Amino acid sequence: MELGPRVIFMIGSVKITETVVFGWIVSILILIFVFLATRRMEKVPKGFQSAGELFVDVVYKLTSDTMGKENLKFAPYMGTLLAFLGLGSMLGLLDLRPVTADINTTVPLALVSFIMIHYNAVRAQTAKGYVKHLASPYAFMFPMNILSDVVFPITLAMRIFGNILAGVIIMTLFYGALESASAALGSVVPFFQFVIPLPLNFFFDMFEPVLQAYIFVMLTMVFTSNGMHVDEDED
Amino acid sequence: MSQITPEAFIMGMSALGAGLAMIAMAGVGIGIGFNAGKTVEGTARQPEAQGTLLKLMLVGVALTETAGIFALIISIILLFANPFM
Repeated sequence: MELGPRVIFMIGSVKITETVVFGWIVSILILIFVFLATRRMEKVPKGFQSAGELFVDVVYKLTSDTMGKENLKFAPYMGTLLAFLGLGSMLGLLDLRPVTADINTTVPLALVSFIMIHYNAVRAQTAKGYVKHLASPYAFMFPMNILSDVVFPITLAMRIFGNILAGVIIMTLFYGALESASAALGSVVPFFQFVIPLPLNFFFDMFEPVLQAYIFVMLTMVFTSNGMHVDEDED
Repeated sequence: MSQITPEAFIMGMSALGAGLAMIAMAGVGIGIGFNAGKTVEGTARQPEAQGTLLKLMLVGVALTETAGIFALIISIILLFANPFM
């Protein structure tokens, strides 16, 4: 069973895989939605504009609830993460390979979150306070604090990658089993694939992507606000 | 005993390792079951807190499942992207 994404075409010697092309498709879909939601904006929204305002309200409320009202400047990044990761993992509904089923998608996003968390922590605590925080509460915990800080983006990337990839494998195996069951009855058309996979599709292609994208964004927000506010808890 | 080629030995041992790695899901199942049980108990005590408890339960489930996902990734690597062959 071939697990990786297929190569669609090559530019020179660079392989352009399914992940890259479907990432373009996800970005274009988000841009089309945003374009439809913001043309001819009216005071009383309806249609696409009200859906867009609902999404922006949800993201801003989530950011202000978790990080405090003065940190609303992080909300656009969180909204982008939520939209890209959520929509990118739901591509299984269109029978396309999800964008986040490839570790090349999730590791860069986790690294961007990691850099943002530590940049804001250093800026809020000043470099000396940041190093002192790594050595608290006891000096011998310095390597353990560093280890837990370094492991955090790895788990952040692995969580969503492992969940979505497991969903892809299970759906492939299940559809293959239904096709074999239909062929055993002697039919060319795999009619067992008609309605039976719907509960699995709901779980792996609608519930799991939203949950994993929400967890990713929530963890980023919690660690960023922890890094910036920790000096208020110290005695 | 018949001759076992080195490739067959590595393949067999990798399959065994992939199966043994998934024993980690036993702990994950117990942890998530505990979490769900506590959520139900909290909802029984105070039914109006159900929304908050449900959200917190989902966060707990996703974080507990991460440990099991590590075992799944080891299994997938051993079966499909075996570094020893």
